[in-house]
Amino acid sequence: MSMTQPTKPVNDAGARLLSGARWRWYEVLFWVAAIALFFVFGDFIPGIPTRLMLLSEIISLGLLALSIDLVLGYAGIVTLGQGAFFGLGAYVAGLMAKNGMGAFPLSDPLLGLLAAAAVSGAAGFVTSFLVLRGSDLTRLMVTLGVALILAELANQMRWLTGGADGLQGVMSSPILGIWDFDLWGHTAYVYSLVVLFVCFWLSRRIVHSTFGLSLKAIKGNALRARAIGVPVNARLVAIYTLAAAIAGIAGALLAQTTQSASPDMIAFHRSADALLILVFGGAGYLYGGLIGAVLFRVMQDVIGNITLQYWQFWLGLVLVLLVLFVRGGVIGLMEGWWNRLTRKGDAP
Amino acid sequence: MRRQILKGLAASALALATLPALAQETVKVGLILPMTGQQASTGRQLEAGVKAYMAQHGDKVAGKKIEVIIKDDTGVADISKRLAQELVVNDKVSVLGGFGLTPIAMAVGPVATQAKVPAVIMTAATSVIVEQSPYFVRVGRTMPQMTFPIADWAAKNGVKTAVTLVSDYAPGIDAEKFFKQRFEEAGGKVLDALRAPLASPDFAAFLQKAKDLKPDALFLFVPSGQGATLMKQVIDRDFAGSKIRVIATGDVTDDDLLNSMGDSVLGMVTSHDYSADHDSPENKAFVEIFKKVNNNMRPNMMAVAAYDGMDVIYRALTTTKGDANGQKLVDAMKGQKWMSPRGPMEIDAATREAIPPMFIRRVERKNGELYNVEFEATGPIKDPTHK
Amino acid sequence: MLTILFDGVAYGMLLFVLAIGLCVTLGLMNFINLAHGAFAMAGGYLTIVMMNRYGISFYWGLPAAFVFSAILGAVLERTLYVHLYTKSHLDQVLFSIGLVFMATAVVDYFMGANQQTINLPPALEGRVNFLGASIGVYRIFTIVLCGLLTIGLQFVLAKTRFGSRLRAAVDDGRVARGMGIDVTKIFALTFAVGSGLAGLGGALSTGIISMDPTFPLKYMIYFLIVISVGGTTTITGPFFASLLLGVADVAGKYYAPAVGGFIIYTIMVAVLILRPQGLFTKASR
Repeated sequence: MSMTQPTKPVNDAGARLLSGARWRWYEVLFWVAAIALFFVFGDFIPGIPTRLMLLSEIISLGLLALSIDLVLGYAGIVTLGQGAFFGLGAYVAGLMAKNGMGAFPLSDPLLGLLAAAAVSGAAGFVTSFLVLRGSDLTRLMVTLGVALILAELANQMRWLTGGADGLQGVMSSPILGIWDFDLWGHTAYVYSLVVLFVCFWLSRRIVHSTFGLSLKAIKGNALRARAIGVPVNARLVAIYTLAAAIAGIAGALLAQTTQSASPDMIAFHRSADALLILVFGGAGYLYGGLIGAVLFRVMQDVIGNITLQYWQFWLGLVLVLLVLFVRGGVIGLMEGWWNRLTRKGDAP
Repeated sequence: MRRQILKGLAASALALATLPALAQETVKVGLILPMTGQQASTGRQLEAGVKAYMAQHGDKVAGKKIEVIIKDDTGVADISKRLAQELVVNDKVSVLGGFGLTPIAMAVGPVATQAKVPAVIMTAATSVIVEQSPYFVRVGRTMPQMTFPIADWAAKNGVKTAVTLVSDYAPGIDAEKFFKQRFEEAGGKVLDALRAPLASPDFAAFLQKAKDLKPDALFLFVPSGQGATLMKQVIDRDFAGSKIRVIATGDVTDDDLLNSMGDSVLGMVTSHDYSADHDSPENKAFVEIFKKVNNNMRPNMMAVAAYDGMDVIYRALTTTKGDANGQKLVDAMKGQKWMSPRGPMEIDAATREAIPPMFIRRVERKNGELYNVEFEATGPIKDPTHK
Repeated sequence: MLTILFDGVAYGMLLFVLAIGLCVTLGLMNFINLAHGAFAMAGGYLTIVMMNRYGISFYWGLPAAFVFSAILGAVLERTLYVHLYTKSHLDQVLFSIGLVFMATAVVDYFMGANQQTINLPPALEGRVNFLGASIGVYRIFTIVLCGLLTIGLQFVLAKTRFGSRLRAAVDDGRVARGMGIDVTKIFALTFAVGSGLAGLGGALSTGIISMDPTFPLKYMIYFLIVISVGGTTTITGPFFASLLLGVADVAGKYYAPAVGGFIIYTIMVAVLILRPQGLFTKASR
């Protein structure tokens, strides 16, 4: 047992870099909590209202933020246009479900997700070449511009998209032919959570692989990364495409669970909200987008119930204070607390 | 001892049995309104209208206590759908209501149908909405109802050619379509149909184009609450000087905004079902109580729709003798007739569509304030698109 | 034709005055202030309140809006923004969006959610004939005023002592500080002037559009387009970019209404792909 402990020193650096791939106890806790929410807020306990619809909405938003984290937190590309792929995915899934008349194969939700991922991924691949160079501001505006053009297209192509009124009559068939979407949001939540976990697991594998490490190198310094032989452009194209596909899945989820798709889903505020949520939660952790989405939406809901008209003020105040006093969003805040708690132990 | 326990059990069983009955004493109404964002002013008027109704009629009807729950959907359709679901499942509302924009009403359709809960459409004005769910009941008005009277009036008053300028979304396109249809049936000609983006900050290009086409009249439609910017630029472009008459649906000269538009809009002719100036005892009472409970705000067509929406709910509950079953409530709402602050109102028994009275009005100054003064009643119009 | 050109130029000029403060803070101080529109809104609402509640003339409203927004900018710069110069761009975005949310709610609370507008003084209303085209007097007024402002700004930056100090502070803050230039003060002053200009722009725009609490968010995209197309290293860049966008937008909607909605965005994306640093910047930077 003790004999196998010292590994070959050559692999040591690589092993240490890749050791982030190990699942930590708090990650397990996070996902267990997500499952527990189903039972707490699923109308099983008398007196506790059903919040699964809100939670499903949060998952879709969190997944969108996660996709932004891949390009922003790991590859350093600032984007304000992720809503384009989100909306595209929503329309693809929405149109399929609508035209499939609630029957296999077109209305099947899983096929809808795959199609949305494929189309959004393709769109991401094509537009990725636009963000390979330029400053933060340039990339921000190019991605935003693409999203705005797409939103205008969705508005204009009334025959296909229903224009500003959105797509009506989006009816998905039951998942795997068994579970139908119900009014309580049971199916929607479980379905969303499973999809989220699969996408998350995939993203996690990727950012902790050598590919992910090369992205971090590019984010740190693209010039040096190129010098040590990292194919910078190919890597950026790959991650941007992947992130677009995930954004497409997030959009498809929202379209399927809310049975509609509208230009709202491509609109500027969707991209801005998601970026905001990611930075709020903390970029570069993968969990930042998810935690940000939960906190942001729950705050909005709670404050909105207290002051119907002026919740924006308090939400804004939280953002301002967070930036002024904390580095790295909510996760940064928690990290700070954790380090302070454990400092005694590992201080030299 | 044993008897004691049995007695206790019986008591608690009794308590359990009466509990739902007690809960039934309250009828909850869930309103989904845009309280923040682009459509916020619409949400405020709707909320104020509900408040006025409750102040005037109390919160008891047919032995039931009415509880109103208001949620902010920020004007985004997928949030409205979620809120509707939560209101139905968690709050167990018996009636839904509100809905600022057409896509929002449409998104709620499947929930109303699935949960068998009536949804009272107060604002959204696209004709097709009420066909989306058998539980939709409209108390507002539809685009053809608003545009037909002004098209007729224009044709009768020497307007031979017109240009339409509308907001580029479903009600705008409805307005454009029905104005053209009616106006051309009456022998007029629409020279061009212009569509401005919904959030257009600058109408200069569209207005200049309309002016260059030299029509007899320019017909305008923008959503209620957005008229101030448009009218400002219309005035600036001096259509009167080019002998082009500017006509519109009442949304443009919204009571909420009219006073700030200034004297330049004096004489403008519009068509709508409600003016705060409407001369009737019902309206006088409504305006008075509305101003009293809402910080002296002036009611507009949204406020009166919310007021009538509450009225329909109260009337339906009276008819069902307090039974809040969704199907019974919808059936009770069908065919309701009453005297609204806007005039005689009716819900079409066959289509669940509102049949409001319609008026041609002219902007005039009264007691130092600007009002849409009604000078011709065109009578109620059934929406022509429903079969 | 000429009318359309004038309308476009006036619209562009207005965009320029509204956006120039953002250019200054971003280009010179490397700070992304998305709450810039809130300062414009403050100026706009001040003018509305002065005119509609107190009957004060529009001509007083303009300078008052400038001063009010400038003071507001200075106060916020000293108390809040100063802590953010060293933070990342993303933190700045989050912070300034938070401010926008707060500003929206505050205006809503005090002024209501409905659109509000003013009535221009009679001298600025109406239209005049110019080379056979009918042009709005107020649009001419806007063009002249904004034109003068641009010349003034350019002069201050290029010819005055303050201008050279500012440029020095931006090029290398540490060296400038070492040479005895009070960089902190210069940044504060610049920020105040930028906010003041936004306030003035807001006041001017009440003559063409109306104010509502969503103003800062609604126009944020337009500001960002102006500075990304024009670049942030000069004043002339955003100036020509504003004109180009104004004219393209108005002319596009006039001549090709079907694609009118796409024109600005397409120009922006095209420009940024071909010249990522902006259309009107020297390639050397």
